Amino acid sequence: MNKEHLGHGTVRSYLTGFILSISLTLLVFFLVNLHISSGHITISHELLTGAIIVLALAQLVVQLIFFLYLAGRGSSARWNLVVFLSTASIVLIIVIGSIWIMNHLNYNMMSGSNMNVYMQNEEGIHK
Amino acid sequence: MYCRPPKSRKLKPGEIQMDKHDNNDKTIFGFWVYLMTDLVMFAALFATFAVLRNNTFGGPQAGELFSLPFALSETLILLTSSFTCGLGILSARSGDKNKTILLFASTFVLGTAFLAMELSEFSHLISEGNGFQRSAFLSSFFTLVGTHGLHIAAGLVWMGILIVRILKRGLTDSVLRKLTLLSLFWHFLDIVWIFIFSIVYLIGVI
Repeated sequence: MNKEHLGHGTVRSYLTGFILSISLTLLVFFLVNLHISSGHITISHELLTGAIIVLALAQLVVQLIFFLYLAGRGSSARWNLVVFLSTASIVLIIVIGSIWIMNHLNYNMMSGSNMNVYMQNEEGIHK
Repeated sequence: MYCRPPKSRKLKPGEIQMDKHDNNDKTIFGFWVYLMTDLVMFAALFATFAVLRNNTFGGPQAGELFSLPFALSETLILLTSSFTCGLGILSARSGDKNKTILLFASTFVLGTAFLAMELSEFSHLISEGNGFQRSAFLSSFFTLVGTHGLHIAAGLVWMGILIVRILKRGLTDSVLRKLTLLSLFWHFLDIVWIFIFSIVYLIGVI
């Protein structure tokens, strides 16, 4: 009767989730530490930011599966998953949308002196 | 599955009896929907932080303020508390009262340690003049991390009440159901913290 679903894990699943989470946390920590101690030259800023976000998402999936048992079987587990997925899409729209819009706003509302610096540094346009 | 809860009346022939397990499922589903709305609120706070993180108003940036080893130990403490909480709910289901109390008590201690570290970081920042009034970046930082801290504090109060209830009345069905909800809440806060650690601290210092 106690099927595997939301909040119904096993010792094995909790242990797996715990070990995976710890490893992912330590991995991303040492990656960033290496980057800082080497004087910010190992990999590009954008690549490292992407790696941090991918590792955080990996840990999200690990914890959803092994701690929360979101991917369990049965109709109640499926409904939990449906609510999660629709919420996740709202979260993505809020976060990515805000960043996108505000970056464009900042770009278009730049003051004259900032714009000169920006064009020279980021876009390679010189007077 | 998620229809109206049954009234206490005689069942008609052929009608399906809603058992306790079904009702528990519905309670869990309702609580899960609450957690998802909470997630939308955290998403708004994350979006605010992401937009404002460079608006330091001449003040210090994330790289000058945060210590990575400190944030890492906070993360490991919260992760371990999530683990002990999960084991606690397993022993509660198997009916082992003492083990349940022991595991939830360790979750409580770890959660308190985490909250104490967060508060000490806050007071350190404020004492150096880098409070939430300093810049838009710090306002969004204190709002995001402070909201998470408030959730942790609420979870600790809830956990304390449930531990006392186990001590007094044992592992009743009602306590077991509440422990399940608490464990969902606690795992959820752990997941939110993973993103705070990654986006605020790690991306902040690189």
